[in-house]
Amino acid sequence: MVMKEPKIKSMSRSDFKDNEYIDQLVEELNATGANVMVGMFDDLINWGRANSLWPFCFGTSCCAIEFMCLGAARYDMARFGFEVARNSPRQADFIMVQGTIVHRMAPVLRRLYEQLAEPKYVIAAGSCAVSGGPFKNSYCVLPGVDKILPVDVYMPGCPPRPEAMFYGLMQLQRKIKVQKFFGGANRKEKREDFFREHPEERGLI
Amino acid sequence: MSDIKNIIGKICPEAQFTDGDILEVTVPDMVWHPLAEALRNTKGLEFDLLSAVVGMDWKENFGVVYYLTSTVRNWDMLTVKVIAADREDPMIHSVSDIWGVANFQEREVFDFFGIKFINHPDMRRFFLRNDWVGYPLRKDYDASPELNPIRLDDEINEDDTCAYIEQPDGSIVKEDRKVFGPDEYVINVGPQHPSTHGVMRFRCALDGEIINKVDIVSGYIHRGIEKLCESLGYPQTLHFTDRMDYMSAHMNRHCLCMCVEKALGIEVPKRAQVIRTMMDELMRISSHLLSFGCAAMDLGATTAFFYGFREREQVLDIFEKTCGARMSMNYNVIGGVVADLHPDFRKDVKALIEIMPERLKEYHKVFTGNIIAQNRMKGVGILPKENAISYAITGPSGRGSNFSCDCRKKHPYAVYDEVDFDEVLLDGCDSFSRYMVRMKEIEQSCRILEQLVDRIPEGEIRAQVPKLIKLPVGHWYQQVEASRGTFGVYIESDGGKTPYRMHFQSPCFNLVGAVDQCTRGLMIADLITVEAILDFVIPDIDR
Repeated sequence: MVMKEPKIKSMSRSDFKDNEYIDQLVEELNATGANVMVGMFDDLINWGRANSLWPFCFGTSCCAIEFMCLGAARYDMARFGFEVARNSPRQADFIMVQGTIVHRMAPVLRRLYEQLAEPKYVIAAGSCAVSGGPFKNSYCVLPGVDKILPVDVYMPGCPPRPEAMFYGLMQLQRKIKVQKFFGGANRKEKREDFFREHPEERGLI
Repeated sequence: MSDIKNIIGKICPEAQFTDGDILEVTVPDMVWHPLAEALRNTKGLEFDLLSAVVGMDWKENFGVVYYLTSTVRNWDMLTVKVIAADREDPMIHSVSDIWGVANFQEREVFDFFGIKFINHPDMRRFFLRNDWVGYPLRKDYDASPELNPIRLDDEINEDDTCAYIEQPDGSIVKEDRKVFGPDEYVINVGPQHPSTHGVMRFRCALDGEIINKVDIVSGYIHRGIEKLCESLGYPQTLHFTDRMDYMSAHMNRHCLCMCVEKALGIEVPKRAQVIRTMMDELMRISSHLLSFGCAAMDLGATTAFFYGFREREQVLDIFEKTCGARMSMNYNVIGGVVADLHPDFRKDVKALIEIMPERLKEYHKVFTGNIIAQNRMKGVGILPKENAISYAITGPSGRGSNFSCDCRKKHPYAVYDEVDFDEVLLDGCDSFSRYMVRMKEIEQSCRILEQLVDRIPEGEIRAQVPKLIKLPVGHWYQQVEASRGTFGVYIESDGGKTPYRMHFQSPCFNLVGAVDQCTRGLMIADLITVEAILDFVIPDIDR
């Protein structure tokens, strides 16, 4: 069965950037091939997963306030299925890091990430989470959460506008739609790679 | 001023005076504690409010600069410079027994400079991990990442603390202590908790559901802004202020700009002054609306959150049109503002003023009048006026305890002396009063906007400032009324193009100091009420 490129209802393919990346994922999946039945179930489950993403909001500063605007009536993230913001990592699909992560917070963030249920994703929202932002040179700021977590989507901006947040969240939906859910999600292997490259940070929990 | 000199001179002959717009007294550490007691209690001095505590490293020695204010004597201010005797092992007597706010302030100084406070009950680090190596704001701090790598293990011995107690013979003895007793039942709230308004951690000792003690662990968003400022030029430091208390971004930036303008002697054009005032008040409305919505949500009333955010979006639209951003506006610059008003500005502001009275009624109908909300807020988190002054609780929270502390009235700046508005004061001293002060302040902000919207003078929006800004040698302190209280900026310059030391005195830092006071004897669920209504912004505390 041939995997097709992912479709998002609210936005056409040509409006997205980074289409090559999605194409590459599709190609990878098609190269290994999939059973027709499994492929059908994959499609169905991914359709459900992508449209009911439950965020775990790890908001530390300004970006969290913009995320609250997403929840309010004007931007209303319920339209896309993100509205069930969970406060427990065990009930969430992805962790959305909003704001600067400092040395004291790093072990907490890492532990919460480990507590998320599989399959799990990470979004770095705002320039602080992406790279340390304006505080990059500080003595106790992490220059980006990708130093300790494997990040799936980066959202630049200080803070990102609600529209930018939607765009980032939809990119995550597209990514989820081209994954194998049965027979080993390709995600997991990538994460193993990440931790192999960061061996000193492995043994936390 | 000469009276004060005489009185202080009698109490403490070692004191040296420096005149300025605020009188400055320099004393060695030996005489500091008795002098502090006298400053607090002597008739004619009565400096009962400790406005700011700034740790300093003057290279040859360490010291602390205290800014004192007298609330009974017409908001008179005094600076006291206390110099520690020894650079190798700097020690200063604690004044946490005289002003409650000094407790946390001195822990911050200890964290940054390693100055130990004698007789302070709890000498722990405040912002940094307890296994941190070195004191980052010392001028000879070694910032190499090998000393302090990203640690992914938990902090151990969190319960350990110590005190440096002065013995009758004058020697100092280190005494190991524990934060909680062995029999206390401690539960942890935070740092990642939906109702703590950000990443603050509370360790509560409980007796059943009753809180006996709250230990505050801060620093989960400490970004070292004060250290970063020391390596940047003055215009480059401005953008940090927007990211400290992002709900008072305009006011914070206004304050830093005013402090630099004061040092350079720049006259800001009238048009810029009016625009700054209007932006400050719009920011205050947006902040109080958010605070209303979030407090309601923390108490379980989700609907009110949507109402608050509806009007907040309208304010954000005004910001977006003129400043180009919804948050982190970066609008004020040294000498004025960065861009002129959008053509729609007046129309939009008028539309906002027109709808606000109706909408406020709606909020009261949806939330304030609700019996559950009233029961949860009334009589909860009592903070008497004396405690509010001792803990330097300013802003709406202080005014809910009948403490008249509005900087816009006490030290008018921009065009606040030309507009007519009331300082909202309520004497309930509980969470409900604090909440009501906020709602009434929205009305007052609308009143200020109404008076100014048709009186924006024509002219320049920015004064001429030199391309390379260098401040003369000296130090300056400036205060403004931010959304949550008095925000202060301290700049010390050695004549270079970067500040020698920059300190931000944030109102939220003091608010969190009063949480332990307010919550003793309450139920654990009331902790959420108290902190939701005190409404602190954590990045402002941690900086």
